[in-house]
Amino acid sequence: MSSNKKYWKSVEELNENSSIVETLKQNEFVEEIPTDEFLGDKEALESSSTSRRDFLKYVGFSTAAASLAACEGPVIKSIPYVVQPTEIIPGVANYYATTIANGFDFASVLVKTREGRPIKIENNTDAATNGIANARVHASVLGLYDNLRVKSPMKGDAKISWDTFMSETTSKLNGLSDGKQIVFLTATMPSPSTHKLIADFSAKYGNVKHVAYDAVSESATLDAYEAKYGTRGMANYNFSKAKTIVSIGADFLGDWQGGGFESGYAKNRIPDHGKMSRHIQFESNMSLSGANADKRIPLTPSEQKLALAKLYSYVTGVALPGSLPEGLDSAVKAAAKELIAAGSNGVVVSGIQDVNAQTTVLEINEELGSKAFDPDTTIKTRQGSDKAVMQLVADMKAGRVGALIMNGVNPMYSLPSTIDFKAGLDKVDLSIAFSMKQDETASNCDYIAATPHNLESWGDFELKSGHYSMMQPTIRPLFDTKQFQEVLLAWNGNDSTYRDFIKSYWTSNILGGSSFNKAVQDGVFVTSASSDLVEAETAETTTEDAEVAEEATVLTGGTAARALANSAKSNGMELSFYTKVGMGDGQQANNPWLQEFPDPITRTTWDNYLTISQADADRLELKNWNVANGGLNGSYANVTVNGVTLENVPVIVQPGQAKGSVGLSFGYGRKAGLKEEMQTGVNAYKLYQDFNKVQDVTISKAAGEHEFACVQLHNTLMGRGDIIKETSLEIFNTYGPEDHYHGWNKTPVVSLNHEEVKVTNPDVDLWESFDRSVGHHFNLSIDLNACTGCGACVIACHSENNVPVVGKTEMRRSRDMHWLRIDRYYSSEDSFESDNEKKENISGLGSSLSEFGEMESPAANPQVAFQPVMCQHCNHAPCETVCPVAATSHGRQGQNHMAYNRCVGTRYCANNCPYKVRRFNWFLYSKNEEFDYYMNDDLGRMVLNPDVVVRSRGVMEKCSMCIQKTQKTILDAKREGRPVKDGEFQTACSAACGNGAIVFGDINNKDSKVAELKDDKRAYHLLEHVGTKPNVVYQTKVRNTAKA
Amino acid sequence: MKKSYQSLEDNSTHNMKQVIYRNLTSKILHLGFILLLTFSTSLTAQEGDPANGKSLFNANCASCHKLDKPMTGPALRNVEARLAEEQGLDREWINAWIRNSAAMIKSGDPYATKIFAEWNNTAMTAFPQLSDQDITDILAYTAQPKPEPVVLNGGGGETPPDDRGASNNLILGALAILFGLLAIALVLVKRTLNRFADAKGIEVATKEKGLPLWKAFVQNQFLVLVTVIFLLLASGYFVYGYFMQVGIDQGYEPVQPIHYSHRIHAGDNAIDCKYCHSSARVSKHSGIPSLNICMNCHKSISEVAPETLAEGREYGVDYNAEIQRLYDAVGWDGTAYTGDSKPVKWIRIHNLPDFAYFNHSQHVSVAGIECQTCHGPVEEMEIMYQHAPLTMGWCINCHRETNVKVQDNGYYTKIHEELSKKYGVDQLTAAQMGGLECGKCHY
Repeated sequence: MSSNKKYWKSVEELNENSSIVETLKQNEFVEEIPTDEFLGDKEALESSSTSRRDFLKYVGFSTAAASLAACEGPVIKSIPYVVQPTEIIPGVANYYATTIANGFDFASVLVKTREGRPIKIENNTDAATNGIANARVHASVLGLYDNLRVKSPMKGDAKISWDTFMSETTSKLNGLSDGKQIVFLTATMPSPSTHKLIADFSAKYGNVKHVAYDAVSESATLDAYEAKYGTRGMANYNFSKAKTIVSIGADFLGDWQGGGFESGYAKNRIPDHGKMSRHIQFESNMSLSGANADKRIPLTPSEQKLALAKLYSYVTGVALPGSLPEGLDSAVKAAAKELIAAGSNGVVVSGIQDVNAQTTVLEINEELGSKAFDPDTTIKTRQGSDKAVMQLVADMKAGRVGALIMNGVNPMYSLPSTIDFKAGLDKVDLSIAFSMKQDETASNCDYIAATPHNLESWGDFELKSGHYSMMQPTIRPLFDTKQFQEVLLAWNGNDSTYRDFIKSYWTSNILGGSSFNKAVQDGVFVTSASSDLVEAETAETTTEDAEVAEEATVLTGGTAARALANSAKSNGMELSFYTKVGMGDGQQANNPWLQEFPDPITRTTWDNYLTISQADADRLELKNWNVANGGLNGSYANVTVNGVTLENVPVIVQPGQAKGSVGLSFGYGRKAGLKEEMQTGVNAYKLYQDFNKVQDVTISKAAGEHEFACVQLHNTLMGRGDIIKETSLEIFNTYGPEDHYHGWNKTPVVSLNHEEVKVTNPDVDLWESFDRSVGHHFNLSIDLNACTGCGACVIACHSENNVPVVGKTEMRRSRDMHWLRIDRYYSSEDSFESDNEKKENISGLGSSLSEFGEMESPAANPQVAFQPVMCQHCNHAPCETVCPVAATSHGRQGQNHMAYNRCVGTRYCANNCPYKVRRFNWFLYSKNEEFDYYMNDDLGRMVLNPDVVVRSRGVMEKCSMCIQKTQKTILDAKREGRPVKDGEFQTACSAACGNGAIVFGDINNKDSKVAELKDDKRAYHLLEHVGTKPNVVYQTKVRNTAKA
Repeated sequence: MKKSYQSLEDNSTHNMKQVIYRNLTSKILHLGFILLLTFSTSLTAQEGDPANGKSLFNANCASCHKLDKPMTGPALRNVEARLAEEQGLDREWINAWIRNSAAMIKSGDPYATKIFAEWNNTAMTAFPQLSDQDITDILAYTAQPKPEPVVLNGGGGETPPDDRGASNNLILGALAILFGLLAIALVLVKRTLNRFADAKGIEVATKEKGLPLWKAFVQNQFLVLVTVIFLLLASGYFVYGYFMQVGIDQGYEPVQPIHYSHRIHAGDNAIDCKYCHSSARVSKHSGIPSLNICMNCHKSISEVAPETLAEGREYGVDYNAEIQRLYDAVGWDGTAYTGDSKPVKWIRIHNLPDFAYFNHSQHVSVAGIECQTCHGPVEEMEIMYQHAPLTMGWCINCHRETNVKVQDNGYYTKIHEELSKKYGVDQLTAAQMGGLECGKCHY
């Protein structure tokens, strides 16, 4: 059925003889397309031998060639020294003893250098004073490689040479009009040689003043001590000699009096022959000391003053006015009773920044004859005088200051009224800032003198009277920098180097015949014959400070306490400032390790915040809540002190915060000289009026919500006492660990053939056990009693193992990379023990849900416990069995190995780990601009440990038990042909722990300390009932709560 | 002429030995020698035995003196004649100087003091043991005329050293000509035979054209199948082989900024590997020696012997120029350091990936493994290349096969005892010791 239909393509086809139709039969278009117009020269095109196909061939060939050429391995250059220094052997680490002293932290340390680069800071175990580095000191090595350091001297914003700097400043100094002062405003520098230099400078120029300025002032303590003992300093305390410690507002495990007391404290916290110290803490903010206390009494700062006065009254029997609330009074009374009972074994400390309070403390300790109290040894690591600083600002505004030379201070950031200081600075003829950063102050000065890092400098410090510490450079200055003292020498017209100056000063004044080189090698020098020097030192300082000498009338014999009692008044909410373990006074704010360091108490990173009690938060309608992705959110508050308002301060509800008080930490809110990511938090110094650590505040809710990066979202143990085993000293002494009713360290039991069998019994084990008796078998013991939660181990681990920094947003997503975390738990009832009881008594039929719900919220004044958790290196590791590519496997030495190059990132292992210690690299954190912290620039990468791989994206990582360190120890022994001695094996965390809480070693060496600890009656494994047989062992926490 | 070559070469090799010796007995090193000064009474001058003088010179003087170049002390060619002419000093003076120059300086001899000051106040070691005859011999040696400079590029064409090469070529050429002639002859013979056949009308049998081979092959399906399978397998094998060698640089032999010959140093001169790569004993890295190590010897050795130089031409390299490159890099102008140094950017040959930890000292010092086990016959390598594949399989094989050296090592005493009991063997391999665990090398 053929169709006759005809389809028309166009009307033209109707026209039979249309030429168009004819043309279209042959061609696509009627008219010829004018290709020549855009192809250009037709002739050239036609004569060209390159056809289109040829062109494509060439393109294809060159692409293929390029990709083939790309298959070539890179050519790696290796450039040896021309003349190799004899002490440097590539691949072998050198250690130098030196000192980190930045005006806030002072520590004698060992610096590990590789190929001439300092890469890690370790404790100087030879140092009797400040030999234990805290988290900030451990992290300070990263500050050396800070990309934002000032790299050469500057005049305003322009770089200049040192010659120009020296000639210009010298002529300006010489040209100052008469009568105008030259003022040195420096951080605390207990450096004998520097004081000598300033004295020389003063002799040359005349009318010179030296003002020491501590951003976080201890002025009241210094004044009280100076008035009583004649030397500007602070009394030394040795907590290892104290049996009863009463602290009123002193966070002596934190930064109180410059810190460094925790190792002495920890010595007495481990029950020995049934005895341990007793620690009672009165405080408003929840501090590390409060968290470690046997008994903690929350009270507001004004109540603290009264409590201290009352304590004085109860100890000495002198009646004083004022009255405390009933409960507090009895607590003070009980504390006084215990102190009296302890007699010379008791000690009282206080952090109240009030001369009367500090005088009272000195008097109580004298009254007790406390052995721990050592007023003859003066701590010199705080020298600042509030009055001198205020006087200086006044002088500057009055135009009396001709030149202001600053070193290591940032008053434009850390003074409450920077406007006043700026106004004064504008009137100064010559302002010079010795600084590593173009910070708030330096950028407002005429000249910035670029200073080297501590690790590039010489220096000497008298940390305590007679206890000297030596600073030596561990690397040549990376940039065109000169230290303060070198410039002083030049100004003084002295052409010796600072090192030679120290040497000659020490030889004639300090060493008394001992070797200078030995002192440099040891990093420390202790002499008893220091008294004359100290006097000379003080005489010099006092003459310098003569104009602003302390004029406070010193009250004694109870009058101080009486005045203290009378001054204890408050109106409404009281704000007390504190310093965070991670940030201190804020000078290391550009250090990503410290920004990402979780605060031991709040476990929050990258922030500071207002801590407030639940009751006050409810009253002010301030809240914390968790959002869908698990992140913690909180309200904002406006905080006003004397008309100055700090807006949008994030709020965290802090269990244990005294009702009526709030806390805020210093060190955050800096902007200048910081990478954008590090500009976090709010600047609390704005409210630090008159250097008073306690301020009356009004708080109001502000709009908006703050996103915290908090790494611990669940705060209580829910009565699961087997995670942190805790008992009281009384039960510990009375009953055995497996006692039927009171047993405080029972091994979990499981049912085998309807009989209860201990989980450690091989019959209930699913696994065949390997023979681990041959060779080394490493174990790590963590004593929960000695651990104060200070976090030095966290940073030490960070720096040893090249752990990346991930930043705030990633932290908030719980993608933190810390191999070692310190879990902090609050009790939901008054103690963990009552938590356990409550859980045991929950009836399944009744209100179990609601009661478990209640247990999720911590108590108003909870007990606190810290628990460092790293990979437990299980002998029967759940992670190993689920890895599809066998990337994680077990070594004979007890370590759970992780072969990064084998890992394909399924994350099954992390899922299957009961301890949640495995960390996944969600991104490539090195050489990635998205993570511009320290692994993104050449300078920052110099801190990396060359013995440990930098992991890449998609790879699981975790604690390796520092296998690079154990392997090195073994190799050293092999090379020397000797067995490994006990104590030689160390991990980064065990080496960093000055409290002796973390002990590492070989349990196949039966004489080793860790072998003994593993079989201690306090020893237990985390989640023992899971049967993973970990190689990390914890020691039950014992709290001395019996006497309460 | 030939003899003088010999002597120069001997001279330089002795220098080398002397250098090693010097390092062992640094005492001698520290004291510089000063010039031998001679008074030439022409009577005695030529009586000495230059051959004995040469050996004495090499043993005693060569560490500080050269004949034609100043070193630690001045050049000594014709020293006796020169001293006599210029200073008027006689043989007696020279004898006294050689035996105890310090005493002469002390006594205030004018020329002695002058020469002492001229050479950086470095006192010459005293040689009281040299007899008069010894000194005569040495002076006779120094009085020998300077040899003609060696013509390197055969400009004169008179001394082509490799006769063997020439004769080989000759034989090969002759053979080639012979074969060529044979081939031509064969063609000619065939042509002639064909012509004969034509002439006699004999039909030369021509092959009947059958099925072409390829067609037969295509028609046989079984054969095709087998061939295809074979080809697939073979290509699979080669592709696998190709991919498995990606990233393995066995045989990697880059051109280095300075042509450094391990063959000469480790082979001919038998310098211990760890003399230069000393950190292999204590460190994870074997270390590329810093240039000051080179200068320990090359301070004295500025040029190689002519024979060595000739050897170098085989490799297309002028060793003297390479030594000059070293001097440029280290900033040595022949007598002193200029301080203007340019570190050498060597190209690294043995590259382990970052995730593999390897420690030289473990293998070199503890296990006592020869460097050649992994690095191959370095003493024969003119240019260093990667001998081993450096793959994980290669490491592991060795760990499986190699016994741990436990004798006389206090570390191993306990573990050896326990493990031998466990495995029932006396010799333990690295694998039995735990050397195959992932974490031992990957962390």
